[in-house]
Amino acid sequence: MPAYDNMPAMELYQPVQVEDALALASRLADRGWLLGGGQDTYGWIKDRAKRPEALIDLNGIESMRGIRETSDGIEIGALVTLTEIGSNPLIRERYELLAKAASAVASPQIRNVGTIAGNVSQDVRCWYYRRGLDCYRAGGNLCYADTPEAQNREHALFNASRCVAVTPSDTGPALVALEAQMVINREGSQRVVSAEDFFVGPAINITSTTVMEPDEILTAVRIPAKWANAEYFYEKVADRNVWDFALVSMAAVMRTEGGNIQESRLVCGAVECTPRRLRSVEQAIQGQPRNQATADMVAGMASEGAQPLTHNHFKMPLMDSLVERVLTA
Amino acid sequence: MTPKLTRRRFIKSVIFFGAAASSGAGFYLASAAAQRPAGGVERLVSLNVNGRTRRVDVTPQETLAHTLRYKLGLTGTKIGCNRGECGACTVTIDDVTNYACSTLTHSVKGRQVVTVEGLRAADGTLHAVQQAFIDELSPQCGFCTPGQIMSAVALLKTNPRPTRDEARQALSGNLCRCGAYDHYLNGVMRASGQLS
Repeated sequence: MPAYDNMPAMELYQPVQVEDALALASRLADRGWLLGGGQDTYGWIKDRAKRPEALIDLNGIESMRGIRETSDGIEIGALVTLTEIGSNPLIRERYELLAKAASAVASPQIRNVGTIAGNVSQDVRCWYYRRGLDCYRAGGNLCYADTPEAQNREHALFNASRCVAVTPSDTGPALVALEAQMVINREGSQRVVSAEDFFVGPAINITSTTVMEPDEILTAVRIPAKWANAEYFYEKVADRNVWDFALVSMAAVMRTEGGNIQESRLVCGAVECTPRRLRSVEQAIQGQPRNQATADMVAGMASEGAQPLTHNHFKMPLMDSLVERVLTA
Repeated sequence: MTPKLTRRRFIKSVIFFGAAASSGAGFYLASAAAQRPAGGVERLVSLNVNGRTRRVDVTPQETLAHTLRYKLGLTGTKIGCNRGECGACTVTIDDVTNYACSTLTHSVKGRQVVTVEGLRAADGTLHAVQQAFIDELSPQCGFCTPGQIMSAVALLKTNPRPTRDEARQALSGNLCRCGAYDHYLNGVMRASGQLS
């Protein structure tokens, strides 16, 4: 497939009020494309793999910027960049897990423009899909990544349903761990869904990784006070420290009392289409001290039930090792 | 003094006449856009590039790298991958580094764009980073150098005396296929007065 330098002709709208953006999103629906930082936009369009008729550039909407303290935690505007999240004093003080995750994304230049909403809404990185092949996710009836000769080193271990792509988001697992709430608007109404329910797998919707409908806009992310200043662990394992997407990432928060873990949330990225909560591990370590003995007790539990493809078996010990690090770091 | 015909001047003149004749892709894009319904952005925009206001006709889907190189003749900004994966097109927008290949020109209206051409002083004195990169022989082939310079300039603006590790972080979004990374870091250290 040829690659192009220029994007084909499109209309560009630059609304400055969220109401105008919602009206545009509603009118254009599938023919429109919401533009934040644009880092998961231009590649699709330059490659002619996706062909929106109009871009709705949200960057002029001031009400979707800024980090505010609320009665229960903080609210992060959808357009807040990953650089801002990584350097914001409030987030670094109370939710350093999220600051770490945001700082692990791509490269400095991409973090300078990439937004929190874009990071959780970005499409999967399966190269067969991104090359414009007519796979299941693109509306076809074949998965090119799940064949004996396919290159699927980065693909899913769990809950694949026709499509075997994984969530590419680094902040997604952190937001699920922190029990974040996603504020989604459409013309005339608003709904708030938990980060855990925001992400959907291919069994539910094979063409979208989130619950968002084409006429909806994610306007803010709320982080409740519940996990403020909690013990946390974050690690992203990738081939390179810059640009690359996670092979496996781990975001964990926990509360300990008298040396024992009272409550914890462990969430893995890049092992299935959504951030994966390790519920069995969370239950097993409850009431246990955060040490090597507990790590040994739950060894192998994280990767239980994995259905590896030809080239991604290595993700199983990687998951288990990351759980060990959560408990011994 | 008669102007010499240098490679740079030759390329610039080709770009100028090419733009004047609306040749090739530019003409195709312009005619296709003309058939579309109104309601979107105004195509004739004022851009602030290197401290000057430039009036330019910009299609809605045009990237800043394209505008800089092919409409304003600022070919110091290189296009490597054109996908935000190499850093050769790095420019600063309001003092923050951006990939010009992955920025819509229409999104920089009213903002200050600085390219590598805008760094030297009016009297021709090079920016401290440019001079330090020369002194440290930082570039090898030179293709990624404008991007490396812009990242280093943006770093020194917010952090005038970075550690080597901070410099490494700041330049981590710029690939160098010659592998001259350590030489660039030496250059940043020299530009910040920490290496003599």
